[in-house]
Amino acid sequence: MKIKPQKIFEIKGLTKHFPGVTALSNIDLDINQGEIHVLVGENGAGKSSLIKILCGIYQSDEGEIRYRGEEYAPKQTQDAIKAGIRVVYQELNLLTYLSIAENIFFERLPSKMGLVDFKKLRNESKKMLDEVGLKISPKTPVYQLGIAQMQLVEIAKALSGESKVLILDEPTATLTSKEIDRLFEIIKQLKKNGVTIIYISHRLQEIFDIGDRVTVLRNGLKVDTRLTSEVTIPEIVKMMVGREMESEYPYREVVKVGSEIFRVEDLVCQGDENPISFSVNAGEILGIAGLVGSGRTETMRAIFGADPKVSGKVFVDGDELVIKSPKDAVNGGICLLTEDRKEQGLILDMSCAVNTSLANLHDVSRSGLMNFSKEDEVTARYIDELSIMTPSVNKWLRFLSGGNQQKIVLAKWLYRNCRVLIFDEPTRGIDVGVKYEIYMLLWKLAEFGKGIIIISSDLPEIMGISHRIVVFSNGKISGERMHTEFDQEKILSLAYQEYINDGNGKKS
Amino acid sequence: MYVKKLISPMLREAGIGLALLLLCIVFAIAAPRFASPINITNILTQISINTVLAVGMTFTILLGGIDLSVGSVLALCTIIAGQIITKESLSVGPAIFLAVLGSLAVGMACGFFNGYVSERWKIHPFIVTLGMLNIARGAALQISQSRTIFKFPETFNALGSVNYVGIPFIFIIAITVVLLGRFILNRTVYGRMIYAIGNNEEAVRLSGHNPSIYKVLAYVLCGAMVGLAAIMYMLRLNIASPILGVGFELRAIAAVVIGGTSMSGGKGSMVGTFLGACIIGVLDNGLLLIGMGDFARQIVTGLIIIIAVIIDTYRAKISIRTEAY
Repeated sequence: MKIKPQKIFEIKGLTKHFPGVTALSNIDLDINQGEIHVLVGENGAGKSSLIKILCGIYQSDEGEIRYRGEEYAPKQTQDAIKAGIRVVYQELNLLTYLSIAENIFFERLPSKMGLVDFKKLRNESKKMLDEVGLKISPKTPVYQLGIAQMQLVEIAKALSGESKVLILDEPTATLTSKEIDRLFEIIKQLKKNGVTIIYISHRLQEIFDIGDRVTVLRNGLKVDTRLTSEVTIPEIVKMMVGREMESEYPYREVVKVGSEIFRVEDLVCQGDENPISFSVNAGEILGIAGLVGSGRTETMRAIFGADPKVSGKVFVDGDELVIKSPKDAVNGGICLLTEDRKEQGLILDMSCAVNTSLANLHDVSRSGLMNFSKEDEVTARYIDELSIMTPSVNKWLRFLSGGNQQKIVLAKWLYRNCRVLIFDEPTRGIDVGVKYEIYMLLWKLAEFGKGIIIISSDLPEIMGISHRIVVFSNGKISGERMHTEFDQEKILSLAYQEYINDGNGKKS
Repeated sequence: MYVKKLISPMLREAGIGLALLLLCIVFAIAAPRFASPINITNILTQISINTVLAVGMTFTILLGGIDLSVGSVLALCTIIAGQIITKESLSVGPAIFLAVLGSLAVGMACGFFNGYVSERWKIHPFIVTLGMLNIARGAALQISQSRTIFKFPETFNALGSVNYVGIPFIFIIAITVVLLGRFILNRTVYGRMIYAIGNNEEAVRLSGHNPSIYKVLAYVLCGAMVGLAAIMYMLRLNIASPILGVGFELRAIAAVVIGGTSMSGGKGSMVGTFLGACIIGVLDNGLLLIGMGDFARQIVTGLIIIIAVIIDTYRAKISIRTEAY
């Protein structure tokens, strides 16, 4: 006779701000003792921030968490581990050259007189491996294991300290369907043993395969928590997408669609096998939608020559362009604004002028000598044109805001005068006002007859500015939509399509 | 705008210059002989070779690399140049000319090896140049049969002792090299690329450049400086020997680091390097004059290197903080 399930977590009003972004806003959430609770939401919805607060990596700004009836505010990961809360991250954190046993007990190796007690270590870890159903000698070094086995070792490690709560962050992202079946059996077994499981996944089908309840997050807000038996995939998708955004995007009809300016044929990225083909016309903005890790960024980097590719051809204005390095791409009129601005896009400790001229140095030099006055002149022109807020052309980029830094990256490529511009998450971490300016600029570039490709995880954004959207899903192109057929739910389900199919394929 | 561009690195250099000035004043008071014209000529002679090596080293360190092989390569260069210059079949003029050319060629070849191997197989230059340190030393010993070469032409030897109003000929070479290095770093596209790559190689690559070419070139330049320094050393000592130059790489690195160049690359200047070399030379000379022994001098020099870097690290942090507001 169960009256009311006991709550292991009671979260009230949880809020977390980052500079310029609210990652979590006033979240109320209860997790029941012994349930499998699934968290879903788009990229940036707040799932990982929530997890990071629970395991002590971030501290909340407002709100309280009660854990087993007591106030809980971990200052560091060790606090969470002591409380019996463990996380298995998507990226595995194993020490590859140590044995399974050493990895499992790494944080508290059994010792005898200051020396590692290897016998005890082996016996204890054998027990842990049995619990997760892994029949391998605990002496095996981790680098000899497959990904699924490593995942199980991670879980064994997480369980080794009498864990009461196990958080799994996209555990199935890299597993085959057979391995997923095994994992689910183990998860169900853990549940029987009384472990509470918080499960994050992009594969919506899995919610129904193992979840008891599901919570949907969107833009840092909790949309709803539902019993999995009382909800359907389309309902969940609708909750994830939310209502239509107001038109803060300056969509305009194509002024003049030119002929094809850029085409990719059967491009295969390294470590992948699905050939990708698409094309862009002059004056067109092509949006690339899809989840993080769906192959969007990888494909663009391979096109640009930033990463090696297995095969595939790239055509600019109908002529094949052989691209072996970014140098070939830039010389052929293609540029890429990388996702990671600070690491890959700009030189933080050098001036605006240096960064602006970086891709077009021969224009501000003569026979190997810099023409500084011309460089300053050009930079000043772009600072003016793009209304970049900087006291002078000599200011280091480190001291500019994210939006202004991004504008300098834009200035660099505008100065280079490329025919095809690829933007990877150009508005990430940028405030709304500057975002709008960047959209306007994209439009201006399109009107000049450039071919524009924009990757974005922000669906309303990409729908607001693109003429056409190509959707990536699990390394494939799962669909294409013209502007007139844009529909958030349709695009989102295309983004999930290949992952859901995986799930169905497994079931049948 | 343009003025400001010049001023900010100059302030950095001014600090090191001030340290040098203070050091000179202290020594001049403590040891009256320090400021005598003869001693000054002496110091200038002593710092010349390290200055030239440090100029080459600055290029590699600005790129986040290093060249540990300069001392050994210098020995190898002297051996090659020494063999050419003492060839009896050559008349004096061509012999000197070919010896200089030979020394430069050997230095550049070793530099190319260092740069190419580290770029082609993505090995840290620390390792490659450490290998070259052994290779060049071994080659020098092998080629010379571990014998010292002397009896250089008189005209050559005489050149070594030439000085104009107390300024030695080899110091004029060193100053010319510093100014040339400064010109390359500050005024040329190549110099711009060195700073850019040193700061963020990936961003440079993704802007459509091939950083490897620039990096290999820096090692070749460094090698050329070694070849030149070898000739200067021969002018000074009038011998060529396979055991010359032991530990020279460390003195050159010390000069670069005291001069304010960051070991992680991207920040530093040629004038700073020159002032760093001056500080080391003045310390060596001044400490000797106030009667400090060889061993104690090494200890003090070591401490100065560490202190200089600590000061520089703090200064860099403070300037970033104040710049931000």
